[in-house]
Amino acid sequence: MSKVTRRGHRRRSPAMSVLLHGTLILASLIAIGPIAWVLLSSLKPGYAIQSSELTLFRDTTLANYRYVLTETNFPRWFLNSVIVAAFTMTIGIFLSATTGYAVSRFNFPGRRPLMMVFLVTQMFPVAILIVPIYTILARLGLINTMPALIVAYLTIAVPFCAWMLKGYFDSIPTSLDEAAALDGCGPFATFWRVVLPLARPAVAVTAFYTFLTAWGEVAYASAFIQTDNKFTLAYGLQQFVPQFNPQWEYLTAAAVLVTIPAGLVFFFAQKHLVSGLTAGGTKG
Amino acid sequence: MTTVTADPAPPSTPPGRPARPSRLRRSWEKHWYAWAMVLPVVIVLAVLIFYPLFRGVWLSFTNLTEANQVAEICTRSITGGEVCTDNPNKWEFVGLDNYVRVLTGEVGEFWQWTGVTLIWTFVCVACHFGLGLGLANMLNRPMRARGFYRVVLVLPWAVPAFVSAFAWKFIFNERFGLANALLTALGIDPVSWFADRWTALLTAIVTNVWLGVPFMMVALLGGMQTIPSELYEAAEIDGASAWQRFRNITLPGLRPVSMTVVLLGTIWTFNMFPIIFLVTEGQPAGQSEILVTGAYRAAFEGIRNYSLASTYGVLILSILLVFSVFYRRVLRKQGEVW
Repeated sequence: MSKVTRRGHRRRSPAMSVLLHGTLILASLIAIGPIAWVLLSSLKPGYAIQSSELTLFRDTTLANYRYVLTETNFPRWFLNSVIVAAFTMTIGIFLSATTGYAVSRFNFPGRRPLMMVFLVTQMFPVAILIVPIYTILARLGLINTMPALIVAYLTIAVPFCAWMLKGYFDSIPTSLDEAAALDGCGPFATFWRVVLPLARPAVAVTAFYTFLTAWGEVAYASAFIQTDNKFTLAYGLQQFVPQFNPQWEYLTAAAVLVTIPAGLVFFFAQKHLVSGLTAGGTKG
Repeated sequence: MTTVTADPAPPSTPPGRPARPSRLRRSWEKHWYAWAMVLPVVIVLAVLIFYPLFRGVWLSFTNLTEANQVAEICTRSITGGEVCTDNPNKWEFVGLDNYVRVLTGEVGEFWQWTGVTLIWTFVCVACHFGLGLGLANMLNRPMRARGFYRVVLVLPWAVPAFVSAFAWKFIFNERFGLANALLTALGIDPVSWFADRWTALLTAIVTNVWLGVPFMMVALLGGMQTIPSELYEAAEIDGASAWQRFRNITLPGLRPVSMTVVLLGTIWTFNMFPIIFLVTEGQPAGQSEILVTGAYRAAFEGIRNYSLASTYGVLILSILLVFSVFYRRVLRKQGEVW
C-alpha cells in the first residue's frame, strides 16, 4: 500500500526514467571527472602528461608518488596538517556547539548582535585581513607556530558553524531541556548530555567543514608560517613547484595525496550531510 | 528584547538605591552561563576580526606602506653604535586620498574589477542555485541508486579549493589540457582559454560552479525533506501536475533555506579569492581580475601598501553590507522574518 502512494515512483514512464538517470549520470561524471583525470594523470610520467594526445593510461608508474613522498618533506608537512586540522576541528566543534546552543536556547542580552556579527564576519576578504592579523600574531609571539594557524582558521570556520548548529538546535524540542532541568541537570549538563548527542548529524557537518577549512587553506599558511618544517601540506606542496615551469606530474600526485584525507573525513560525514544541514538553513 | 523592564535611568532613586546593582546582578545570575558559552568565540572574533577591521578603517585614511612604517631610521656608525634619526617620510594621516585614488582609477582598475566581480558573482550564484535546485529536486524522489548519486554529486565539496583550482587549470591547459583534447576530438579548434577575457572568466566560473554546487544541493535537499509529504499527496489528489507541485509547494517551502544560502553564497563568491587567483591569475593582462584578487595584487605586489589594501577592504565590506541590508529589506517586505 505504502508503495503505491509513494509519490511519483510508480507513474514514472520509461522515458522519464531514462531522462532522470541520464541527467544524474552525466552530472556524476562531471562531478568525478576532474578528480579522476588528475588521478589518472598522476600515474603517468611527465612526458606523457605533457603530450597533447588523449590517453587514459600510458606507461603507468608510481614514480611521481615516490618522488613526492621521499624527495620532499612530505611526511613532516602531513603531520603538521593533521595536527592543525585536528585541533581546528576539535576546538571548532566545541566553540560552535556551545555558542550555537547559547544562541538557540537563551534569550540573553547581546544575542541578536552576535548573530549579526557572525554574518558580517563572512564579508571580510581574507586577503585584506592577512596583514593586520599578522601584526597581532607577531605581537603575541605566535608567528611561525601552529596555534597561529589554528586560531586563524577558527575565525573562518566558527561563525558559519555556530550559525548552522544554532539552526539545528532550534529544531530539537526545548521540552527535552526542561525535562533534564527537572531531573537536576544544570545548563551545561543539559547541553552536554542531552542536546549535543541529539545533534550528532549537525556536529558531523561541523567536523567536516572545520576540517576542510584547515586542511586546504593556503593564504594564511603562506603568511604565518616561515620555516620548512612547520609548513602545512597545502602550502608545502607548492614549494617544490617552480612558478613558471610547473612540474605537473608531481603536482597531480601531490593533489591526489592532499585530497585523500579530506575524502576520508567526507566519507564518515557524508551520511549526515543532508540531515545535518537540514534545519541549519531553515532559520537564520 | 531583554528581561529588563524598569525605567533604565531613574535619577530619583529611593535611598539605598537597590534597583541598579540588583538588576545587574539578576541579569548576571540569569545569563551568566549563556555569556560564558559565547565568551571564547567573542574574544577570538574581537581580537582577530574586529580589531583588524577597525585598524583597517583607520589605516585606509593614512599612507602607510612597507617603506614608511618605521618611525625612526637607524644606521650603524663606524664606531659600532647605532644612530637613529626621525624618518623624514614617516607615514601620516592623508584623509580621503586613498579613496579618491582608488575610485578615480589612479591606482588599480576599481570599476573594471567591480564589473567583473558583479558578473562573476551573479553567474556563479545563479548556476549554483539553479543546478543545486535541479539536482536536489531529482535526488528528492525515490529511485534506484539514489544514495550513490548523492555521494558522488557531493564529492567536489570534499576537494580542497586549491586542489580544484589546480585540477581545472590542468584541464584547461592550452597545450595538453583535457578540455582542448576533447574539443579537438570533436573537430573543433583548440581554444587558448587564457588569451581572452571572457574565456578566461569562463574557466574560473566553471571551476567555481563545480566546487559550489554540492553545498547548495545539500542545503536545498535538506530543506526539501522538511516539507511535509502530506502537502504533495493532497496536491496529487487534486490533480496538480509535477510542475505545479514544484512551483506551489517545493519553491515556497524552500524559501527560508533559499534566502539564507543565496545570501551566504553571494558573500562567499564575492570574496572567493583562490579560484581567480590560481586559475586565471588575472589573465589576460588583469582583465579577469575580481575585486579581492585585484586589490591583493595592487596592494601587495612590489612594496606592500598596507593603507591601499585597507582602502580596498573597506570598499569591499561596504558593498557587501549595503547589499545585505538591501536584501534583508526586500525579504522583510515580503513578510519573511529573518
